[in-house]
Amino acid sequence: MLKYIGRRLLMMIPVMLGVILIVFTLMYITPGDPVDTLLGDDATPEMAEQLREELGLNGTYIERLGKYLVNLAHGDLGICYSTKQPVMDRIIQTFPNSLKLAGCSVLLSVAIGLTLGIVSAVKQYSLFDNIAMTLAMIGNAMPNFWQGLLLMLLFALHWKILPASGFDGWTYMILPAITIGTSSAAAVARMTRSSMLEVIRQDYITTAEAKGQTELKIIIFHALKNALIPVITTIGIQFGHLLGGAVLTESIFAVPGVGKMMVDAIKARNYPVVQGGVLMVALTFSLVNLAVDILYAFVDPRIRSQYK
Amino acid sequence: MEKTKDLTSSSEAGSIKKRSQVKEVWRRFCRNKQAMVGMCMLLLLIFAAIFADIIAPYDPVEQDIINRLKPPSSAHWFGTDELGRDIFSRILYGSRISLTVGLIAVGLSSIVGCALGAIAGYYGGVLDNIIMRCTDVLMAIPSILLNISIVAALGTGLQNVMIAIGISSVPAYCRIMRASLLSLKEQEFVDASRAAGASDVHIIIHHILPNSLAPLIVQATLKIGGAILSCASMSFIGLGIVPPTPEWGAMLSTGRDFLRDAPHLTAFPGMAIMFAVFAMNLMGDGLRDALDPKLKN
Repeated sequence: MLKYIGRRLLMMIPVMLGVILIVFTLMYITPGDPVDTLLGDDATPEMAEQLREELGLNGTYIERLGKYLVNLAHGDLGICYSTKQPVMDRIIQTFPNSLKLAGCSVLLSVAIGLTLGIVSAVKQYSLFDNIAMTLAMIGNAMPNFWQGLLLMLLFALHWKILPASGFDGWTYMILPAITIGTSSAAAVARMTRSSMLEVIRQDYITTAEAKGQTELKIIIFHALKNALIPVITTIGIQFGHLLGGAVLTESIFAVPGVGKMMVDAIKARNYPVVQGGVLMVALTFSLVNLAVDILYAFVDPRIRSQYK
Repeated sequence: MEKTKDLTSSSEAGSIKKRSQVKEVWRRFCRNKQAMVGMCMLLLLIFAAIFADIIAPYDPVEQDIINRLKPPSSAHWFGTDELGRDIFSRILYGSRISLTVGLIAVGLSSIVGCALGAIAGYYGGVLDNIIMRCTDVLMAIPSILLNISIVAALGTGLQNVMIAIGISSVPAYCRIMRASLLSLKEQEFVDASRAAGASDVHIIIHHILPNSLAPLIVQATLKIGGAILSCASMSFIGLGIVPPTPEWGAMLSTGRDFLRDAPHLTAFPGMAIMFAVFAMNLMGDGLRDALDPKLKN
């Protein structure tokens, strides 16, 4: 197992280098000068040149990329243009907020999605199944940002029972977590249903029924355990994406997370924050994928034996 | 002469078989109620996009400040926006943009992705490794962030939004095509074609691609809905298609500022996005069921 983890971690190095290369190149070719944004209209050419030199914006593409990689090797992701803080500090400030939001959303999506998926599969073609799957399809098609706005309109502006934006406590997390969690739940529910339907037709389920096991026991210990692999993959991918990709929800509810930080940075041409942020998001995403693969081994003994 | 006759009859048999296969898939698709609902919704959307000029009661960009923020009425079915523009007309014209983005972005990504996947799967070795590692890199970045970064670099606008969504969708097609190729290239009909002197390109296009079309069609149909959502998302945060172009995401974005006083500004564009994505998802699911050999009997 350790050998497998080590090999996967080593394979991440070229992927991360590729991510750096792509993001660095995109930021390099992005039109506009961040110096103009920072200094405003009153700046003299001398002031602009001095700032450009300070920020390391002079030099060719290769020189700047080389310098960035050398700094990165020393754990330096650069300095944020707007706050003058190290980029790593900004990530450390924002990442826990994204992590909290992603955690709550995934918990909600698992609770709703698994329940709906299991009951739909067990009661296939029933009224409950039809309603649950129609709701899941609507949830899949509903844009996150629209759902967020509707929730804000109802709960914050109309009924005034929840805060509309900000991140000062757990109550501030409810609306963004519902926004993300319900749309993720739609995907989890559909995946759980289709995976459970494949499993409950297997011979070992019939055997368990023949042995007189209760329905609940069969569902939880025989069917669900064997249907979990694709569900874990879906949940893992969503969790990984949410750690940096909940851009719209974070923007709507003003959650100071990684996604919002990066969108603001892209708009302000704050290159070090974008580069550092995307790198950290990609790294987290790859680590979550690795964790999901390791989790397979705990769920399925056949996979566990392959790792040995 | 005899040989030519044989060939003709075998090609006829082939075309009959191909026709009957298509017919069988269509029959299964038609039997699926959800898929039919999806198709009707899509046809309605296409109709709205094509005949927007005739159906729309107002010019989508014409401002009428006196009638700004009017709620839905008989004069303005979906009300008016902050500049007095008719929301119903803007939504009709917006369907053109959404469908264009969906079709072109998916077309672009499927062509590039399939070509790369075919090269990786057919030739294997170093080429396969390089292509697959590139897809790993693209897949490691959340698609919304990749899309935003690409649009920031290329500039906002319809064309660049389509390119951005297209690039971020390439890995999915590449992987599907490669997986199909790996299993198909060992088949006897490929060996037979190779033995008959067919070139690699001929084998891939004429023998392998038709046999791996089913998962690609399903993926493409489902991805059109995803592309429509991505376009709306980018426009929503101001990095996609910018006003006054009647794009649904951009309309939702401007509606945010009037959420309390004029919620219809956000309600109708949101419903339009959901309608389009829902239609594509229903179609995609229906096609998957119709093309799945496991469900044949």
